[in-house]
Amino acid sequence: MTQAEAKNVNVWYDSFQALKDISMTFEPNTVTALIGPSGCGKSTFLRLFNRMNDLIPLFRVEGLVTVNGQNVYSKDIRLDEMRKKVGMVFQKPNPFPKSIFENVAYGLRVNGISNRKEIEETVERSLKQAALWDEVKDSLKKSAMELSGGQQQRLCIARALAVQPKLILMDEPASALDPISTNRIEELIFELKKDYTIIIVTHNLQQAGRISDATAFFYLGELVEFNLTKKIFLNPDNERTQNYITGRFG
Amino acid sequence: MTVIDNNIQQIRTDLVQMWTLVINQMEKARLALINGDKNLAREVRMNEKRVDAFELKLDMDSENVLMLKNPVAIDLRFILSVLKINYNLERIGDYANAIAKVAEHANGPMPEDILQPTHLPEMFFTAQSMLQESLYAFEKSDRNHVNVLFGMDEKLDKPNNNANVIISQLIKEKPDDTMLILEALSIMRKLERTGDHILNVAEELIFYFDAIVIKHSKIHKNQ
Repeated sequence: MTQAEAKNVNVWYDSFQALKDISMTFEPNTVTALIGPSGCGKSTFLRLFNRMNDLIPLFRVEGLVTVNGQNVYSKDIRLDEMRKKVGMVFQKPNPFPKSIFENVAYGLRVNGISNRKEIEETVERSLKQAALWDEVKDSLKKSAMELSGGQQQRLCIARALAVQPKLILMDEPASALDPISTNRIEELIFELKKDYTIIIVTHNLQQAGRISDATAFFYLGELVEFNLTKKIFLNPDNERTQNYITGRFG
Repeated sequence: MTVIDNNIQQIRTDLVQMWTLVINQMEKARLALINGDKNLAREVRMNEKRVDAFELKLDMDSENVLMLKNPVAIDLRFILSVLKINYNLERIGDYANAIAKVAEHANGPMPEDILQPTHLPEMFFTAQSMLQESLYAFEKSDRNHVNVLFGMDEKLDKPNNNANVIISQLIKEKPDDTMLILEALSIMRKLERTGDHILNVAEELIFYFDAIVIKHSKIHKNQ
């Protein structure tokens, strides 16, 4: 079963059309990279799946966006329930000014879980999944703000995992990190693929090549090409894709 | 023009120069053998160092692009193809050098009554035509010229397949020229191998143009 889907999606910010008739499907346990120049609509597209664009004034969407077969923009959907299924990691690590433990436990408490044992088990599992447990298990009460940038980003991933999402959205999750931390995040994404479906926006084409199964190239709000990453980077069908990935754009 | 464009253009220029040099080496080796021209043979042997130098430079420049420029799509296919074409051209250069060595140590021109039965003139013509066609296909990005190469190679295979019969017959007829006849046999083998290397080049050209791998494939040839 398809994990997420966009069907004939159009998006406007007031009169500006940011996305034009986009249709894509995302299979379970895959990593899909969204690439394209700044302003091409890839982040707008990513944020459709957890309705983060709703916060932008004059945002308007047409078409179908589904996660687990459920229409994300259905009038009767419960936004908090829907967002539990869709985790998000941003470009800049954004831990809460709380302890490491409380950062991961936060989503659980918000969702009404109060059983201490359950929370502790989930925090440990999430930190292990985010490959951070060994580094922080003895300092869970320490402020998250004291962690390095790479650790903070993995903490944010652990926080997203704690509520057991089906789909994880990543918006340039390693662009603010050094090569070592970037490598940790990329290895983590590869591991997380076993349990989750991941859509990642990246400007780093080599990163897209390293971690993704499929790649989509966006340009001026259009989906120019969507194919297996190997195909895109060896022999793209569209000349615009080739010009972009070989740096001969414009 | 991007930086990688400049790198690729330089590699392309060097590869064409190497290709042209190898074509000239084979032609001079042929003339040296047929005319008994020792000076020309020595020139080929001297120029072998230039072929080797091109191989090293192309290897190094291609590796640098892979390492530093992260080529993708057509750029990646170009570099991967160049690495293999470069190797095959160098081997053809080695054969030209080996043929020139025979000419250098011979006591005169290869006699007609050995040249004709061994089909060496036709084999030279075919191998050299294949080299020219392959270079044309590369320079013009012309897939049709690549397809032509697969048919031409058969003209090298046929005399080579009959070589043992031809050579044993010749030795019976001209036992005093046995050494020379065996040299002719080794040249037949080298020209046949030259054809094989050019087919390897053709396979790389198809990968470069169309991202299709036909190596070890029976579909091959006329697709």
